[in-house]
Amino acid sequence: MSQELPPLPYDYDALEPSISEQVLTWHHDTHHQGYVNGWNSAEETLAENRESGDFGSSGSAIRNVTHNGCGHILHDLFWQNMGPEGGDEPTGALADRIEEDFGSYDAWKGEFEAAAKNASGWALLVYDSFSNQLRNLVVDKHDQGALWGSHPILALDVWEHSYYYDYGPARGDFIDAFFEVVDWEEPSRRYEQAVEIFE
Amino acid sequence: MTYELPDLPYDYDALEPAIDARIMELHHDKHHQGYVDGANSALEKLQSMREGGDFGDIKGVERNLAFNLSGHVNHTVFWRNMSPDGGGEPGGELADAIEERFGSFDGFKRHFSEAAKGVEGSGWGMLLYDHLGDQMIVGIAENHQNQTPQGTTPLLVLDVWEHAYYLQYENNRGEYVDNFWDVVNWDDVAQRYDDCKGRTIQ
Ligand SMILES: [Fe+2]
Ligand SMILES: [Fe+2]
Repeated sequence: MSQELPPLPYDYDALEPSISEQVLTWHHDTHHQGYVNGWNSAEETLAENRESGDFGSSGSAIRNVTHNGCGHILHDLFWQNMGPEGGDEPTGALADRIEEDFGSYDAWKGEFEAAAKNASGWALLVYDSFSNQLRNLVVDKHDQGALWGSHPILALDVWEHSYYYDYGPARGDFIDAFFEVVDWEEPSRRYEQAVEIFE
Repeated sequence: MTYELPDLPYDYDALEPAIDARIMELHHDKHHQGYVDGANSALEKLQSMREGGDFGDIKGVERNLAFNLSGHVNHTVFWRNMSPDGGGEPGGELADAIEERFGSFDGFKRHFSEAAKGVEGSGWGMLLYDHLGDQMIVGIAENHQNQTPQGTTPLLVLDVWEHAYYLQYENNRGEYVDNFWDVVNWDDVAQRYDDCKGRTIQ
């Protein structure tokens, strides 16, 4: 199947002042688009190689699937876990589970922020289907630091393209601003889906 | 020893229009300083581990040392690799060695540029001296230290972290890489090549 870039679920200026219209435009239209294109082109290489029987470039194409695929998957979630109406704390079943697995919302948030400061890629809240619990992950690039069987619930992009134009080196300010627009509706949906499948 | 941030060998605006003053200021004063501080703090932690005998977080601290010290090394070389009087082509022995090793100067330039443009995420394009082969190679570092061959010394490095170009070039990394050649200080690269040549490891 061919991957396509979904439109942003809101206007480019909808997350201002947390994320400027300019940054969101570049980020979605060029960076995210690049991962979609990269994924499709790697798939084409793999298909051609399977057809011709010459697998010389397949190893590196599979790596390109991982890099670009993870880029697409995480950006797709990132856009959905923000919104102009966001900025609240989670509610319902996900809120209860965060409290259960991390002790409190503040303890989760402190740990997630530490992950975001440590990463050269992403901070993720995931549902770990092996241990049946929520946990935070530190991700370099889009895929380094993954835990097998984990499903992303909430994603925060800390690549420099995500904030540098708006915040310069002050990544901490960007992380604070992310929490002004975080939208827990999609994370809640993903969490409930994971529980249904794995518990 | 304690690492220290070296002064830039030129003014913040000296590399314009290839790299603008605002980038140079943030890049040197904030980012490079951050790596210097990070490397020193990792060394301090290692010392207290040795003194206290508790090596609990040894892996994390060694990781921080590798990341920050490599950041310090790369930026230190990077600033000296550039000059307002840079550009053009290398001369002398370095020029001959590049031609012999890479076929031609243009062949090298293309190879290095493609490597720099092709870094996945944050990292560096690098011309390295390989002390086992006693020859130059082109490499890529992800972040500052990942996927670089051991036993090599950086001769010419190009920072392609987004902080190195985003404020000026936005998402056009390719244009930034192409303009980098206008400020390359070949005298500095030649000096580094000269220092490395013949220094082999067995
Ligand atoms: Fe991104
Ligand atoms: Fe840098």
